[in-house]
Order: sequence, then structure tokens, then C-alpha cells
Amino acid sequence: MSPIDILAKLWPLILVASALGFGLNLAGLLAYAERKQSAIMQDRIGANRASILGFKLWGLVTMVADAIKMFTKEDFIPKGANKTLHAIAPVVSLGFALLCLAALPFGGMVEFAGRTWSLQPIESPVGLLFVLAMLGLGVHGVMMAGFASGSNYGLLGGLRGAAQMVSYEVCMAATLAGLVFIYGTLDLQQAVLWQGRHVWGICVQPLGFLLFLTAGAAETKRAPFDLPEGESEIVGYFVEYSGMKMGMFMMTDFVESIVLAGLITTLFLGGWQIPFYTPAGLIGGALMLASFVGKVLLVLFVLMQIRWTLPRFRFDQLLHLGWKNVLPLALLNFLATIWLVYARTHS
Amino acid sequence: MREQKTYMLNMGPAHPAMHGVVRLLLELEGEKIVNTEVEIGFLHRAFEKHGEAETWNNVVPWTDRLNYVSPLINNVGYCMAVEKLAGITLPERGQYLRVIASEISRVTDHLTCVGASAMELGAFTPFLYLIKAREYLYQLVDQLTGARITTSYTRVGGVKADMPANFPEQCKEVFKKVREAISDTDKLLTKNRIFMDRVDGTGIISKEDALAYGITGPFLRSTGVPYDVRRAHPYLVYDQLNFEVPVGTKGDNFDRYLCRLAEIEQSLRILEQCFEKIPQGKHSLEPKEMKNAFEYQDAGKHGETALLAKYKAKVDQTLAGGQRGDRPDVLTQDPIFVMPAKEDAYGSIEGLMNHFELVMWSWGIKIPAGESYFAVEGGNGELGFRVVSSGDDRPWRVRCRPPCLFIMAALPKLLNGSWVADVIPTFGSVNMIAGELDR
Repeated sequence: MSPIDILAKLWPLILVASALGFGLNLAGLLAYAERKQSAIMQDRIGANRASILGFKLWGLVTMVADAIKMFTKEDFIPKGANKTLHAIAPVVSLGFALLCLAALPFGGMVEFAGRTWSLQPIESPVGLLFVLAMLGLGVHGVMMAGFASGSNYGLLGGLRGAAQMVSYEVCMAATLAGLVFIYGTLDLQQAVLWQGRHVWGICVQPLGFLLFLTAGAAETKRAPFDLPEGESEIVGYFVEYSGMKMGMFMMTDFVESIVLAGLITTLFLGGWQIPFYTPAGLIGGALMLASFVGKVLLVLFVLMQIRWTLPRFRFDQLLHLGWKNVLPLALLNFLATIWLVYARTHS
Repeated sequence: MREQKTYMLNMGPAHPAMHGVVRLLLELEGEKIVNTEVEIGFLHRAFEKHGEAETWNNVVPWTDRLNYVSPLINNVGYCMAVEKLAGITLPERGQYLRVIASEISRVTDHLTCVGASAMELGAFTPFLYLIKAREYLYQLVDQLTGARITTSYTRVGGVKADMPANFPEQCKEVFKKVREAISDTDKLLTKNRIFMDRVDGTGIISKEDALAYGITGPFLRSTGVPYDVRRAHPYLVYDQLNFEVPVGTKGDNFDRYLCRLAEIEQSLRILEQCFEKIPQGKHSLEPKEMKNAFEYQDAGKHGETALLAKYKAKVDQTLAGGQRGDRPDVLTQDPIFVMPAKEDAYGSIEGLMNHFELVMWSWGIKIPAGESYFAVEGGNGELGFRVVSSGDDRPWRVRCRPPCLFIMAALPKLLNGSWVADVIPTFGSVNMIAGELDR
């Protein structure tokens, strides 16, 4: 076997590991970016103190300090807690969020050394359903954490999280229905290729994009929808967590944001496609990755900008927004899409 | 039918929205509040009892710690009560200085309240804009009094010192920044759909209830009652100043927010009028005419009377007593009540004796026996002080009427029947300051 063969055998593993590394590292960097971006918005300086031998790296070292702090803090389990569930909850939460990443097409096919290499870790004809399902399963972590903590605050947070995430899952699927109808596929890679042949999803489904952004932000518990962890109200479903378990919940939020940004990029912003240019070869592969990551970062920037501008909803208002505004609009959007597609194909 | 069960949620004292010093015991049904119990007293520091152990002027630093967001109003309120008992009237410039100090403090108080409640609703950015504006105002307070929070600016019979020479110009610059921050906040919050949903129609109190509970300040005015101590019982020079009393209509959190924003603008208006109307002082001395206090003291010890007559003592602006030039403008001229100027204390035997008679144990200021109550408009409402004197050098009794105590008493009425999430904007709009609540 030549080295290329071995590489081809190991390729799926490498891809999954890279996706994992991408998610976890970007989550860490997001914590930094969030601090710095909010600091700029709020006339502050932001993280700038921690240093290694005098090197501060524009505050990046603070993230290292944060990680060390997380790992070395006491892992506290309160008296009334269910120890097993208490320990499993963060793993469930972060695990499902990371699984979503594996289904995202980071790039298309690359021709190299006489072989075709895919840049999508898991190629599946139902990739979109897989991502939505995994995002939906994340709610179990939130509920587990809430119930296992043995605290009324945690319980309230868990309940809020469950109701919110289940509601917005429905909305999310409904907002995407029209798009799926147009693309004619649930395969994320095929969706990207469709956009390459025609136009970006955001042009055919502008309303769907806005609704999906809203529902997605709510599903991933981003502000202004961060009710399950409403800091100043009920402190959150992870109120009884400390150390790295708490850190895992925080990572979950960031990873879910990345998944959401990746999904928006894939479905609405043309995925790894570069307008008016067809990438080929090794350089093309690199450009695909760069294009994908760039778009993801752009969406993340918008999400953060929203987060630091808007206050938080109240719980009943949030559900009203979901069931009475987003869902009917999404269904209308779906019906209109069907009608338009029908009118075009039968005229 | 299944029985509806309720459960208890213990909010505070260790809770981010309870400011760390008050405890709400909520009985919940789902997320709906059935019953509320308010437990106060976590920051009790025995201000009133402590006041009985201090001389009249030494109580002033303790009043700083009452409402620590607007300490200058407390200083003014306490001294006004003592002066009412002693029958002292202030020189006009001193009165204006007290108004200026009070109004700057009122602006900082309202900025903090509006900003903090916005932050607790998740709008972190406006909070920092407002706190930045407040920081500039604190720098002004620092210029005026020598401290940011523990101001202790007033004395029985006047204020500690005149304002610095370029103070009005500095204020003008700062007011521009404050107005900018207010307009930014207005844009970010007032017409923000999410913010309005949270505050509009929550935490409603009726006019009758508010009056029955004895609530005053922005909380009462939001229900439509135009009661403002500065208007109803004018003190200092408020009757010569032109300002409006903004009122609301519904008495909900949104009205209270709007009232506070409007009052900031009115306070800035008052300040600008003050700087126009304030009588000129003689505080601007040429540096060459001054000697450092220690040199002055040495000269006095060596009997160099010619030098003493020629020069003025150069003392810290914030030093009680101050220089001879400033004092007639800001302090009453009764030697029984006020410290002599440093020139006199260092340079003449009469001044020295006067100084010692005021600072010696059990001598000091003697306020005639009797009692008085005086109320000023604090950040949260009517801030009253009742002082009782037995003719001694210290109060027989000091009692503070904290405006937010009465709002806290009405809190269960405001919260029962609403959602847990409504605790946050409602409690935020109370602007509970534990320093004055628990004393």
C-alpha cells in the first residue's frame, strides 16, 4: 500500500478529527472574540491582562488562563443532586452539539493524486435532518442539568430550556421546508452544489433566512433568547455546576452557534462556493475551506452584534413569538414557495 | 381534579438581581408568582444609633453611606435638618452650591438606576454607556468635594469648600457627554420592541395605592401625582429655578423609566441655571499671595505678624475651614457653628481658641434643645431627616426617612400575580439602595 492509500483509508478519521478541532478551537476563540467585540461596542478595552512571560498576544492569553481556571476549580456537586445525571448532562449537551459539525460540508470534492477527496466528514443523503436532530437532542443535556441539580433555579432553567428548544425546533424545520422544496434534497452537499448552479439560498428565500436566523438563535439559546440561562433572573440551568462541567455548557453555547452559522452558510450563503469562480486542485480545496470559514465567521459576527444590542425576552413573549409569529410566517413562506415553484414549472 | 401545588423560590440575598442585600421569598406556581415575602435588613449598620455617639458635624460622613449612589443629597438633607433646628441661614452662594451638589447626585442616581435595570434585562451595552457618563459626573464630584462617593461635602452652617475656579466650564463639557449617553440609551431602549414588552404594563401600581403606602419620588410621579419636594416644599434656592416635574400616567415600569430619563434632563437644566445665577465668589486668589499652610504656621509661631497679614494660607481646597477669602460665600459667619479660617486658626489667638472650642471633646457645636424634621428630594423620593437635640454637642436622636423603604413595603403588591421574569424590571425600577433602606 502506498502512503496515499493509507491516507485515503484514514481520511474519514482525519476529517472528523479536523471538524472536532475546528469546532472546539473556534469555540475558544469565540469566547475571546465575544469579549473583544463587546468591549469595542461598549467603549471598553476587554481582556488584556493575562500574560505568559510578558507576552499578552492582544489578550488571547486570557483564554489560556480561563481554561486553566476551569480545569483546576473544585468540581462541586450539591447535596440534593442526582450525581449520575449531574455528571452526564454536560457531556450530552456538548456531545450532540459537536456531532452536528461532522455533517457540515466544509468543502466540495478535491482532485489530488488521482483520487477524489471529499471535504465533508459525514456524507449523508439526509444530512440536514441529521443536524436538526442532533441540535434537538441537545435539549436533553439542558433538561438533565436542570433536573439533576436539585435546585429550583436549575429546575426553572431546565423547564424553560425544554419548552423553548422544542418550540423553536418546530419553527426551524418549518422555515427550512421551503428551501428544501426548492433544492429538492436533504443532502447538504447537494444543496451547496444547487446554489453553485443557480443562486444563493438567501436570494430565493429571504424571508426564510430571517426566520431561520431568529429560530436558530432561539434554538441555540443565544441572546436575546438566552432565557434558560437568564443570568440576572434565574441564573440558569447550570447554576449548580462548577469547573470544567460549567465550562462544557459554555462551550456548548459556542459550538451550537458555530453549527448554526455553518448551517446558515451551507443553506443560505452558498456554502463553500466562491462567486464566479470554480475552485480546483489543492489550492481550490484550501480556497473552499477559507470561503466556508469566512462566511461562518461573518454570521457569527452578526449573531454577536445582535447579542450585545438587544435585551432579553420574557418567557411567555418568547413562546408567543415562536408559535404565533415565526411558525405561521414560516408556513406561509412554505406555501408561497410551493405555489411559485408550481407556477414556474407548469407555465 | 389534581391539586395545584406551589413551591418556594428563595431569591437572594446572593442573587445577581437582588444587589446582594435583600431577600425575596417567592411562592411560585409554575413561573407565576402567588405570594412574595420581602426580607430586608442585611445591610443594617446602625446609622441612627451611631449618630447619637457622634458630634453634629461627625454624623455627616455617616450620611454618605446611606444612599451611596447619591451621597451628596444625604449630606444636604441632614445638614438642613440640623440647621432648621439651630435657625441658621446660609449665604446665597452656599445654597447654590448645595443645589449644584444635589442635582449632580440626582443625575448619577438616575443614570445608575436606568442603566442597572437595563443591564438586568440583558441590555448590557446601554448600561456601560450610562455608567461611563456617570463616571464623568463622579469626576466632577471629585473636583468639588475631594471624594467620589464618601463626599461629606456639607457642614452645619454651609459647605466644606467653594467649587474650583473652572468648575462651570468642566460641567458644561460633561453635560454634553451625559446628554449624548442619554440620547444613545433612548435610541437603544425606548422604542426597542423587546425592552417595551418587558417593561410596558408590568409592575403597575395605582395612584391610590402609591399614596397609601407613602411612596414618593419617581415611583409616585409615574402614577401621575406631581409630588416633588423641590416644588411642594421648596428649600434652598429651588423656588428661584425653573424646572418641570415629569409625571407618568400608568404607573408601570416603562413610565418610571421615562420619568427618570426626563428628570435627568430637568436636573441638567437646573444645573445650567445655577451656574448662570450663582453669585460670584472671591475664591480665585493669585498664587503669589499664598503661602503653604506649614510655612504660615511657622510664621505664626515666630510671631512674624507682618507676613501673616500679607499672605493667605494655601490649604487644600477640601480642607474644612478653608481660606479666609472663600468662607463668607459658602459658610454662615457664626463662630459658634463654623470652623475659623485657617489664616485665623494659624495666625491669631482668637482663631486658635475658636478652632479648639469646636474640636475639643464635649465642646463643639451646641444645637439648642428641640427637634426638627426636614425633607429633601432624594434620588428615590422624599428623603427626610428628623433630629432631636438635648442641647448637647451631639444629637440625642437622628432618624432617616429612606424613600425606598416604602416602595419595598409595596413590593409584594406589585409582584403578586406576575411572572418570575417580571421581578427583574420591577425590582430594578424600585432602585433599592440597601444603604438607605437598612441604614
